[in-house]
Amino acid sequence: MSEIPDDLKYTSTHEWARDEGDGIVAVGITDHAQELLGDLVYVELPEVGTDLGAGAECAVVESVKAASDIYSPLDGEVVEVNETLADSPEAINEAPYEQWIFKLKMADPAQLDNLMDAAAYAAAVEAEEH
Amino acid sequence: MLIFQHSRPGRRAQAQAPADQAPLEGIPEAFRRRNRPRLPEVSELQAVRHYTKLSQKNFSIDTQFYPLGSCTMKYNPRGANAMAMLPGLVDRHPLAPESHSQGFLSAMYELQEILKSVTGMAAVSLAPMAGAQGEFAGVAMIRAYHDARGDQERREILVPDAAHGTNPATAVMCGYQAREIPTLPSGDVDLEALEAALGPRTAGIMLTNPSTLGVFERHIDRIARMVHQAGGLLYYDGANLNAILGRVRPGDMGFDVIHVNLHKTFAAPHGGGGPGAGPVGVSERLAPYLPVPLVAFDGHDYHLLTEKERPDTIGRLSAFGGNAGVLLRAYVYARMLGAEGMKRVADFATLNANYLMKRLVEAGFTAAYPGRRATHEFIITLKPEAKELGVNAMDFAKRLLDFDMHAPTTYFPLLVPECFLIEPTETEAKEALDAFVEAMVKIREEARQEPEKVKGAPCNLPVRRLDDVRAARELDLKWEPKGETG
Repeated sequence: MSEIPDDLKYTSTHEWARDEGDGIVAVGITDHAQELLGDLVYVELPEVGTDLGAGAECAVVESVKAASDIYSPLDGEVVEVNETLADSPEAINEAPYEQWIFKLKMADPAQLDNLMDAAAYAAAVEAEEH
Repeated sequence: MLIFQHSRPGRRAQAQAPADQAPLEGIPEAFRRRNRPRLPEVSELQAVRHYTKLSQKNFSIDTQFYPLGSCTMKYNPRGANAMAMLPGLVDRHPLAPESHSQGFLSAMYELQEILKSVTGMAAVSLAPMAGAQGEFAGVAMIRAYHDARGDQERREILVPDAAHGTNPATAVMCGYQAREIPTLPSGDVDLEALEAALGPRTAGIMLTNPSTLGVFERHIDRIARMVHQAGGLLYYDGANLNAILGRVRPGDMGFDVIHVNLHKTFAAPHGGGGPGAGPVGVSERLAPYLPVPLVAFDGHDYHLLTEKERPDTIGRLSAFGGNAGVLLRAYVYARMLGAEGMKRVADFATLNANYLMKRLVEAGFTAAYPGRRATHEFIITLKPEAKELGVNAMDFAKRLLDFDMHAPTTYFPLLVPECFLIEPTETEAKEALDAFVEAMVKIREEARQEPEKVKGAPCNLPVRRLDDVRAARELDLKWEPKGETG
């Protein structure tokens, strides 16, 4: 069973979101997602300043097996991207919850409540397994 | 060993070397290179031996069981090659006048007619030079159709999530947005999601049937009605035509446009990116937009139709008329089979796939879509083996090489974890299929007894397991002599 920290919010497409305060969330992919993808070899980051709608494709992670889109969990503007991932995509495999991919300035912080909590995400992963 | 490592300064393949230095006048200074190209300097015989040895290390349909199937390349009958290489065809100049090309043009005209008949479409163009270009031409025609009607609001192409990656790429290349439609656990398209996605923005849907999941879309007639009612058109990706060749026609299913990969279904050789051929077939309403040239027959002579006779065409896709050599091979293949033979292709392709699936399931492997009949291909998931034995689909694939078999497609489609997409094709004998099952059982046994052997496979080939992760992360695409860079 993959790791699912209690203090994060999750999407059905395997992104996590962490409330950083001041209306900012950090977004990454879950341990389960990196396990499915295998060793990452490339991360395509969004551009700072891009306005995203919830569910919009905004980044790509690529492993030797597959390329996978990353979707924005919330409406908002990209305010920061994790540049170190461009050179070391494997960092996501090593610590998926430490390696955020981008940070969003939320348009509506109330939307965080629409995302899954750890228990709901664990159930969703479990359901996918069967 | 790289050919560069055989290189010795000054050594030449004399037979191919030009006798004199070509004069440089006429080439502007700005376009002349400063340094000589760094090419290997070897003798003719060294070059022959080097590449022959490389070819002997290769796995191919001519030497090994190759369950990538028509998706990659099925067996190319030698007869088709021999006929397409007749001097009258090979020596014909592409600019030769029609009066000197009647034999070639008659073959192309008949190929158009054969493809019309076997796909159930109203008209066919042989112009696209590859499957991807066929897709592009197909969606460009959908766009031309909507544009001609002033229907500019239609900006979306629907694509099931089981589709080939080329489908959404094609939609985007044609200026559309791709919208994904989910697939049900049964492998069929989710009709409720389709209904919700259809509307005045729908330009069309791109479908592969049978789908990449190796199952036939059972509600295709309903999907066709729904899409047409919404004002959209249906695009048929011909990648899996092998399963239904001569038995079911995309035109009868309600498709408006189709591309056929002749280099797959019609056994023309290809690989390494080409050359291919992706003719497009269309229903009546799209016929005016077909790419040119087309071949017409007036009852006496064959003619090329170009922009002059076809003013609404989406245009040309190449300077001439498609990949003549590939088209000729496909034409001979089709003529060798005849209408009855094409049905046998589909029959034996599906029989072989179903036999192999049943035997693998009996041997304890897990079909991804149990209860669904296989088409010309099927999927097994090695997730139980990965979980129980710690040996994944890639390990099985690599170990198969040691058993002198090419691995099936791995990790595609993405919807199925740890999957093998297996397509034996119609030309494999029962013994080859049985040997594959035996190899799979043996590998699973090895995974229990000595898992490290399977995880380290291949063991008996010139190279062991390649570090594909490192190769992708640290790209090294250029040979440099030791100690030099730049």
